[in-house]
Amino acid sequence: MQKAKLRLSASEKLLNGLNYLLVGLFTFLCFYPFYYIIIYSVSNATEASQGIYLWPRGFTLELYENIFQQADLIHAFTISALRTVLGTILCVLASSMFAYLLIQREMLFRKVVYRLVIITMYLNAGLIPWYITMKMYGLKNNFLLYILPGMINAFYLILMKTYIEQLPASLEESAALDGAGFFTKFFKVVLPLSKPILATIAVYSAVGQWNSWLDNYFLASDKKLQTLQLILYKYLNQAEALANSMKNASAVSNATAVSNINPTNVRMATIVVTVVPIMLVYPFLQKYFAKGILLGAVKG
Amino acid sequence: MEIQPATKFLHFGKLKPKTVLGMQYFAFSLVFLTIVILFSYVPLFSWSYAFFNYKPGLKIGQMNFTGLANFKKVLDDWKEVARVLRNTLVMSFIGIICSPLPALFAIMLNELSNVRFRKVAQTITTLPNFISWIVVFGVSWAMFSSSGLVPSVVKLFGGSTPSTGILGSNQWVWLFQSALGIWKSLGWNAIIYLAAISGINQDLYDAAKIDGANRLQSILHVTVPSIVPTYLVLLLLAVSNILNNGFDQYFVFYNSLVSDRIEVLDYYVYKIGILVSDYSYSIVLGMFKSLISILLLFTVNTISKNLRGNTLV
Repeated sequence: MQKAKLRLSASEKLLNGLNYLLVGLFTFLCFYPFYYIIIYSVSNATEASQGIYLWPRGFTLELYENIFQQADLIHAFTISALRTVLGTILCVLASSMFAYLLIQREMLFRKVVYRLVIITMYLNAGLIPWYITMKMYGLKNNFLLYILPGMINAFYLILMKTYIEQLPASLEESAALDGAGFFTKFFKVVLPLSKPILATIAVYSAVGQWNSWLDNYFLASDKKLQTLQLILYKYLNQAEALANSMKNASAVSNATAVSNINPTNVRMATIVVTVVPIMLVYPFLQKYFAKGILLGAVKG
Repeated sequence: MEIQPATKFLHFGKLKPKTVLGMQYFAFSLVFLTIVILFSYVPLFSWSYAFFNYKPGLKIGQMNFTGLANFKKVLDDWKEVARVLRNTLVMSFIGIICSPLPALFAIMLNELSNVRFRKVAQTITTLPNFISWIVVFGVSWAMFSSSGLVPSVVKLFGGSTPSTGILGSNQWVWLFQSALGIWKSLGWNAIIYLAAISGINQDLYDAAKIDGANRLQSILHVTVPSIVPTYLVLLLLAVSNILNNGFDQYFVFYNSLVSDRIEVLDYYVYKIGILVSDYSYSIVLGMFKSLISILLLFTVNTISKNLRGNTLV
């Protein structure tokens, strides 16, 4: 009896250890590639190409000093940041106001309007129809292309509506008794109470904006509208030309910098510049992501 | 800017103030509804170009009406369409076969007694979900290209990798792309199961313990049955999305060495439309894809209704 119990706990221990090992391994697989790219980008190019695994070799930030002198890249970073900020603000404001409208019982055709929005989650016209339509609206090579189409998102609308519906009605009612109209109630009562869900939607929207590039690729060939994602895509496919232009640019100012610039580490550094904003904010905002998926699951 | 009953100012006849308010709300919602219509419904009108020989710049009256000719192209082009469908279905099926993995990962995370380790693991494993496929491509290039980390490590241990690198290996492309998809989404997809697990009544575990169940047995008999309903819902949704692998991933990982097996339906719609510039035929393909997906969604919705008395959407 005693023996059997002991064996059992031994096998449980083994299973437990195996569990830690496997989870640890997958965590490592999700972490190490980014770590590798970061240490590569801050290593001396020649030493890095001989192989680095755990620590940077010949630590240097030369590459970043050069990369941040690239007008293209700085501009793309600005465009990406702009579309993220403007797109997110617009999306959160529109989605929440629309959601609040849609829970007003007095509203005419309320159900019809709501259904029309929800259907868009499942109905996709396709690439070419989207392309033709955007062109027809004159959104080709237009910054509005980045922020208008995503302004109202059915999924965010569901999240917002579900959340507002469960807010205590008494607060709104007392505001109404004080003579508050729709907008006063919305801005003074509903929005302050909905901070958690607003944060969730904002985080989703911001990540989506930061990561999106299809609109840029298909409809904004204008260099002035190039996003960071697309510039990374270009670098990944044609980094030679870029490294050369950077070499030429830096050779004028600093002859020693030349050795540390090659297509490989230029790509690495660009990946870092593209990912770091997300990596920096992500751990702090994780709870909002989780909240979104859970609220969505309740409804979906 | 307040919306208030406007009967005082306008002559709405015998309309009640409440009705007027309802009309005003509706009028205001039109601002938002217009955006939805402009960006989600108007593009649908372009489906009508499927019956024409679409030329950019021409008005619909100036184009040749071709009837069903563009639909017949699907049959003429069947060899290519079949190849693309094969790729689409193979990768979707690999995805469906691997669909229990997030549930398994959630159970594994839940079994970790060290809370700090669990939190760190959860945070790190959800991160890949929030990077773009372009970045994933960059990361894969750093890892797997012929000058990348993995081949050099494999060589260090005396092994060998495909000479083209795995990114250029037609033989591995299905598995490799599926593995990337899992890498990217596993941690994120586990969250919903973690929530389901945390909702399980603790009494069930206590009861199982009294009955002499060890940890593995209580997982099998308490945890697993509790998350099966969630799993079924997600499985049905995955089935309805069988034709929608997405575009980004296959676009960024496309190269001529793997083109035979990486071209999925979403990619093919792009290839025909943008690269070949046959807009009308591309629209036909996109239409089929959308309509079949909606049909599948209705089907799984009905299945779900009969199975669990609850619809999905």
